[in-house]
Amino acid sequence: MPFNFTVSPDFAPDHMSGWFYFNTWLQRKLGTDIHLELYDGFDSQRADIRAGKIDLIYANPYDASMLVREMGFKAVARPAGKRDEAVIVVPADSAVQQVEDLAEGIRIATTADPDVHTIGMIMLEPADLDAGNTEQREYDSYILIAKALMRGQADAGFFLKQGYDELSDLIKKQMRVIVSSQISVVHHALLVGPSMQDRFGELSEALISMKEDEKGLGVLESMGLQGWESMSVEQTEFMIDLIDTLID
Amino acid sequence: MSEQDTGSVSDVLIKYYDGTERTATIVDEEVPYPDGKLIVSRTDPQGIITHANQAFVDMSAYTREELIGTNHYILRHPDMPAVAFQGLWETIESGKKWQGYVKNLRKDGKYYWVKATVIPNIRNGKLVGYTSVRRKPSRSKIRESEALYETLK
Repeated sequence: MPFNFTVSPDFAPDHMSGWFYFNTWLQRKLGTDIHLELYDGFDSQRADIRAGKIDLIYANPYDASMLVREMGFKAVARPAGKRDEAVIVVPADSAVQQVEDLAEGIRIATTADPDVHTIGMIMLEPADLDAGNTEQREYDSYILIAKALMRGQADAGFFLKQGYDELSDLIKKQMRVIVSSQISVVHHALLVGPSMQDRFGELSEALISMKEDEKGLGVLESMGLQGWESMSVEQTEFMIDLIDTLID
Repeated sequence: MSEQDTGSVSDVLIKYYDGTERTATIVDEEVPYPDGKLIVSRTDPQGIITHANQAFVDMSAYTREELIGTNHYILRHPDMPAVAFQGLWETIESGKKWQGYVKNLRKDGKYYWVKATVIPNIRNGKLVGYTSVRRKPSRSKIRESEALYETLK
């Protein structure tokens, strides 16, 4: 039976092939079969996680909490220098200059990405806005959020900062960031399930030295990563505690 | 800065629950909470600070070295009623999450308001400390809290 590997559905579409290259690289390094399963949505992925079908996952910080505390997963590495930050964006011609200018009843364009949505909602709190007094619509991608803003179908949009930065200049010119999170300690992590934890040591070693070999470096580039950093149990617990404070 | 700030400066004796006290210079001037930032700190089970992020250092006006090893109550503003902190400790000591609005005192005597969430850090079933995360509150929540705390003093 091969191990099952999956990636949080919030990965950038441009890097999808990179995750397949990574899976091939990983199988060679560990000398074992690993099947990569990508999901369109968070709910279907979570259902398979709960059913015990996943052995290795590149998880978003929100799901990391459930994976570590309830399912016995252990963080092996995090992407070097990459942190999850969110931005709230309005159309360029909007009268809104700051969060406090946003009023009750605004139409928010968001995604199913739990971290970005949670951080976005927290950044609306200074304007006394919450799920009860705003209209929220979920879109499948950041480009669709940008379109909704440009077509006047939404008053404000939540983006992963990196997702926003990667939009074309032409699109960005038609929008304006009113607030950007600066949390610094929230990030994705590669987590190993109980069934694969006897391979933890060699997996950790392979990941940390991945940027040292030419092939590894090429794979990292295709995933949009600079490398992997080791992550201690306490660093993982700290991040999960922090996420817990953000969820009501 | 709050519209009601007078900028007045006064020396106030602050008494802490553990019997210690200090005279602090209080300046009636608010420092605005920075947009998008979270202030993060961790303490041991007794409330001694073990971790402070850069936003905490910046907003408290203390250095990181001054904060680490100090009791978290160094941030307590005399306008905060003792009963608010009593509620906080009762909640987190029973293993639950606490959330509330807090007026914090800076080293320079000025103040800043936060929406604070404190959770117990449990490792292998054992309490090892607390994590406190503060975020920007709305002006209406600050006004409500000011009115409430005035009645609790």
